[in-house]
Amino acid sequence: MNNINDTLIPTVGVITDVRIDTPDIKTFRVVTPDGKKAFDHRPGQCAMLSIPGVGEAMFSITSSPTNTEYMEFSIKKCGCVTEWLHQAEVGQQITIRGPYGNPFPVDDVFAGKNLLFIAGGVGLAPLRSVINYCRHYRDRYGDIDIVYGSRSKADLLDYQEIIEEWSNDAGVNVHLTIDNAQPEWDGHVGFVPNYVKELGFDTNKTAVLCGPPIMIKFTLEGLIALGFDKTQVYTTLELRMKCGVGKCGRCNVGAKYVCKDGPVFRCDELEELPSEY
Amino acid sequence: MRKISLDKLQSLFAKIAENAKLYMPVDNADGSASYGEWSEGTAWSDALNTAKSPKDLFFPQTEDLMRFKTEGKNIECIDIRSEVEDFVVFGVRACDAKSFDILDRVFLSEPRDSFYAMKREKGVIISVACTRPAETCFCSAFGINAAEPTGDVSAWKTADALYLQANTEKGSKLLDSLGDILEDTSDAEVAAQKENIAKIMDKLPLKDVSTDAFGGGKTKELFDDPAWDELSSACLGCGTCTFVCPTCQCYDIKDFNTGNGVIRYRCWDSCMYSEFTRMAHGNNRLTQKERFRQRFMHKLVYYPENNDGLFSCVGCGRCVAKCPISMNIVKVMKKIGGNKGE
Repeated sequence: MNNINDTLIPTVGVITDVRIDTPDIKTFRVVTPDGKKAFDHRPGQCAMLSIPGVGEAMFSITSSPTNTEYMEFSIKKCGCVTEWLHQAEVGQQITIRGPYGNPFPVDDVFAGKNLLFIAGGVGLAPLRSVINYCRHYRDRYGDIDIVYGSRSKADLLDYQEIIEEWSNDAGVNVHLTIDNAQPEWDGHVGFVPNYVKELGFDTNKTAVLCGPPIMIKFTLEGLIALGFDKTQVYTTLELRMKCGVGKCGRCNVGAKYVCKDGPVFRCDELEELPSEY
Repeated sequence: MRKISLDKLQSLFAKIAENAKLYMPVDNADGSASYGEWSEGTAWSDALNTAKSPKDLFFPQTEDLMRFKTEGKNIECIDIRSEVEDFVVFGVRACDAKSFDILDRVFLSEPRDSFYAMKREKGVIISVACTRPAETCFCSAFGINAAEPTGDVSAWKTADALYLQANTEKGSKLLDSLGDILEDTSDAEVAAQKENIAKIMDKLPLKDVSTDAFGGGKTKELFDDPAWDELSSACLGCGTCTFVCPTCQCYDIKDFNTGNGVIRYRCWDSCMYSEFTRMAHGNNRLTQKERFRQRFMHKLVYYPENNDGLFSCVGCGRCVAKCPISMNIVKVMKKIGGNKGE
C-alpha cells in the first residue's frame, strides 16, 4: 500500500550533526538516509519527529527554507522524546513527517516592512528560521531589529551565529540581554519585556514574538504601550499535538487547531480565541 | 423500492454474506446489543440501538498504523496497510447513519486519513428506520428524520416485510447483486410506516431541545457562561460519553514495543481526560470544568463554525443513557446560552 500517502506515516531521517547550544538545548541536523532534505517548508512551519517505541512530538524547524541541504531542530530537554534525543549520537535514525502548520507571512505582509523579532530562551528556535530567511532575501525587507534574551549567557541559543553573522549584517541590529548579571557579560541585563520598553522602538515595524507565555504576555503589553497595534504583532502558540493535521482534536482551541491553523497567529486573531492556550 | 418478507431475512443475510462481511446489531447476554459479524443463524437484534455506534467499523477503537524495525541506529518503517475487503453494515439507525457525514468531514478532508477512507470506500451502510424511538432520542433536534434514514441503502421494517431503497451507487450495486431474492414494489407501501414513525417522534419528551443558542460564532457569548460550573461540577471525567458517541473522533497515537519491533497504533481518546492536553511545560485545561466545556463547545460551536453550521451531535441519546452522573448534552443545551426556560 506504499502508493497511498498518509501524513501519519513518517519517513526515516538521519541525525548528521548534534550541536550543544546551551546546558539543556541541542540543535540536531536531519537529512534523509540518501543525504537529502526530507521535505520543503516555509519559515515558522513544524515537523513531527519520533523515535519508535519512545514517542512522537512536534518541533519547529529552526533552519531556514533557503537551506536546501538539511533541516535543523533546536530542542530543549524537557520530556520523554527530548530526553531520548539528547542522548542520540550522529548517525542515529529517527522518523520525520511534515511540514505542518502555517508559516509567517514573509512574502506578503512582511515584504518591505521593518521587522522586529523578539525572543526568549528556546523561543528563538522558530524565529531563527524566519530571521535567516529575511537575511537571505535582505533587499525585500527594511531594517531588522532582533531582541533576544535568556537566563544567562550560557543559555543563549545560536550564540556564535548571532555574534559572527547576524550582528555583522548591514541594517540588522541585535540586542541581547540576560536575566542576571554575570562576570563574563558586559551586555544588557534584565528581562526581555523591560528591555523592549527601554529600547523604545518606533511603531513603523512588524513585530514577531516567541518565548515563554509569560514573556509573550508582558512583551505584548509593552509593545502596546509603545503604540503598536495588535495587528502588527505576530506570535506562535504551542499545544500538545498528535496528528498534525487538525483531526486528532488535541490542539483545538475555539474553532482553530494550532497544528494546522497555527502555530503562527497575529495577536488580534488570538483575541477571538477563548483563553485556553 | 424493493422488498423481502421478514421470514426470508436470513436468506437475504446469507446472500449478502456471500460477497462481503456482514455486520449487524446482535443481542448480548447482558441485554445490550452491539455490532457483530453475521454468520448462519445469527439473529438481527430487535434493540433500538447498540451500546457503541457503528463508528467502530470505520474508525476502530484501536487500529495499527504501521510497524518499525530498529537495529542499532537504524530504523525501518513498514507500511502494514492492506486492502480492505468489501463489507456491509446492516441495521444502522438514522442518527448513526448521519454521524458518518460528520466523521467524513474530519477524516476525508485534506489530507485524507487513508485508514478511514479505505473503509468508507469499501463499506456499504444499510440504515433502518426506527419504529420504536426511545425517550432518550432527540435526533430531530439536529434535523434528522428517523423515518428517512440516510446511508447507501435505506430500509423500513413493517410487520411482515423489509423494504429497501438504494441511495447511492454503492447501494444500488449491492441491491442489484442480490438478484431475485428481492421483489420490486412501490414506495406507497412504506408511507403508513413513515407516518407512524412521525407520530411517535412527535411525542418524544426531548423533541423540542433547541439548537438556536448554538452554532459557529458563538464562542464569546457562551464560553464564560456561569452555568458551566454547575453543569460540570459532578463530572467524573470517565469519558464514557466520548466512547459511546458516534461523532467523537479525537484520537491518540502510541507506540507498543513488541520485543521484536514497534507497532504504532492509534486509539480513541477523550477530551474529558486530564492527560489529553498535558504537555511537558504544562496543561492548558487544568480543571474538569474546562475539559467538560471543551467537549460541548466543540460539538455545538467550534465544529459547526468549521462545517457550514453542521452540529457534531446526532441526538442518539447514548450519552444520556450511559453517563454515571446523569449529565448530558441535552442538559447542557437547556442551560447554556439563554435556553434556560425548558
